[in-house]
Amino acid sequence: MKKEPAAITQTNPYIPHEVTIENIKKEVPGDRAIKTFRLLFNEDSIQKGFTFKPGQCAMVSLLGTGECMFAISSSPTRPGYIEVSVLRLGKVTARLHEREAGDRLAVRGPYGNGFPVESWEGKNILCIGGGIGQAPLRSLINYVLDNRSKYGRLDVIYGARASSDLCYREELLEMEKQENVGVHLSIDREEDGWDRFVGFVPDNLKRLKPSPENTIAITCGPPIMIKFVIVNLGALGFKDTDIFTTLEMRMKCGIGKCGRCNIGNTYVCIDGPVFSWDQLKDLKGEM
Amino acid sequence: MDDYRISGKKLKDLMEVLSREADLYAPVKKNDVALFKRIDSVSDINLDYRNTDVPSKNIVFPQTETIFSYTLDKDQKIEPPPVYRESIVFGIRPCDAHAMSILDSVFRDDFKDPYFLDKRKKLTLIGLSCDLPGASCFCTSLSGGPGNKTHLDMLFTRTGDDFFVEVVTEKGKAVIEKAKDLFKKATDKLKKQKDGNIKKAEALIKRNIAVDGIKQKLDKLFDSELWKELSQKCMGCSICTYLCPTCHCFDIQDEKTLEKGRRVRVWDSCAFPEYTLHASGHNPRPARMNRLRNRVYHKYSYYPDNFDMIACVGCGRCIEKCPVNIDLLDVLKKVKEAVK
Repeated sequence: MKKEPAAITQTNPYIPHEVTIENIKKEVPGDRAIKTFRLLFNEDSIQKGFTFKPGQCAMVSLLGTGECMFAISSSPTRPGYIEVSVLRLGKVTARLHEREAGDRLAVRGPYGNGFPVESWEGKNILCIGGGIGQAPLRSLINYVLDNRSKYGRLDVIYGARASSDLCYREELLEMEKQENVGVHLSIDREEDGWDRFVGFVPDNLKRLKPSPENTIAITCGPPIMIKFVIVNLGALGFKDTDIFTTLEMRMKCGIGKCGRCNIGNTYVCIDGPVFSWDQLKDLKGEM
Repeated sequence: MDDYRISGKKLKDLMEVLSREADLYAPVKKNDVALFKRIDSVSDINLDYRNTDVPSKNIVFPQTETIFSYTLDKDQKIEPPPVYRESIVFGIRPCDAHAMSILDSVFRDDFKDPYFLDKRKKLTLIGLSCDLPGASCFCTSLSGGPGNKTHLDMLFTRTGDDFFVEVVTEKGKAVIEKAKDLFKKATDKLKKQKDGNIKKAEALIKRNIAVDGIKQKLDKLFDSELWKELSQKCMGCSICTYLCPTCHCFDIQDEKTLEKGRRVRVWDSCAFPEYTLHASGHNPRPARMNRLRNRVYHKYSYYPDNFDMIACVGCGRCIEKCPVNIDLLDVLKKVKEAVK
């Protein structure tokens, strides 16, 4: 079509907003490096308008390279910025890892449903994470810590391949000192100086035997971990309606148009990424 | 609304009038491929086609479309997309118009897609009834027909040397207003002739399927071995999805030079393994059977779940163009037989 030189609309969901990297924290070194980027929207009104829930996602653009969907790993209770934790894996994430504080990126979102945190008030929260799967759980954990009186006990079961692969390590060790908070770390293989659990996350869960009484369990990690965590939670007596997970899918639009993130008739980008096991178990589709 | 008649000889004049006030899209033929193009010269219009090889969805959902451009300096200035002009498509078949209505659902649901919706709002659909439906056509199974005007703004039907013109919407009425002296009131005799022509065309549609209940059967067949069998010969070429008027999947990519770049969306297809491939290497739909199954389910199960309509208009292109003769109607018939 012939074009006229006027802007199409201000409410275009595909156009990202400019952000500046305030700082970058190296979480994990090596081949599968993870960095946490703290991003500030350049426009104040956009920053204020970007309200989100724990478990929601943001599409981060590196203009000239592409964009990727990430779970927001910071909590909405700590406003003024958003954080995303990025595992270096593909084209965009590799380029993102080359960025420095002060560089500009662009962000659109927030997307997805997020965790139903209001309906969990008064309950104990049990987070079970593996590897980079801890990113959305970190948002939830900090949300619960910042709303301490609204929730019961907080337990975090978290594991990675090796101690150097554990994300947010200092934060986790710090929160452990708080009352009514338990942090249960694990690594897959023996290591000198490691005095905590050695083994896979589902086995650590089995060993710890948390009570299902008035407790919501939320798990995120590699698909195989999620699978066995859910089996073990069931064996511990957790109801399907009290088990939640947040899923990952390849996404392009993030707004239910481009087609690829469906599990059957359900689109992870707009219907998820958070699902209860009760919703998920009967879903006919590929995961 | 009223019916009119326009002489075949005056059609060119009408096209001239329409192309002056709006972008006019009409069928052209290039290397024996019939497709819709924006018309610069009305002599390029070629109405000698059963149906265009490429559906008309590209008018509102181009195969490649800039969603914004940007500079790559420190400012990274983002340039929003332009406003689109009023446009008119002439010669769209009723099935492709039906497909546009189906696409409306996904592009306006929840988040609004400004690129599609803006073009769609400004587009007038002038249909041309089918006089020679193809061997793979089955639009009558999906509440369509060679002379169905439900999804159009106006419909032209060939009647001898003239066209019988039905006005369906206000947009259609506006077309008449633009070229009043080219149209005459239609006579009852001409209407009868037109009805006869449509009947003749309908009689040429030999393929059909009762679509009621297919969704319920698919619900029981997700884990069936049938999908392995049906996908054996699929090459994953994706022609069935590219030429499907209701397929709307797209990829978003960045293109750049040293100083500037643009973000484009391009048609994509669930027939490709890369479509769902995660960066980790995990692929939820790793095999052709997963992907063929997704295509059929998207049209006949997921779309009905989400939008209460089947995402298929029976245009038959996926059947006609498949290089290994995978036939959607055979697939659906096997689905029906597999669940009693």
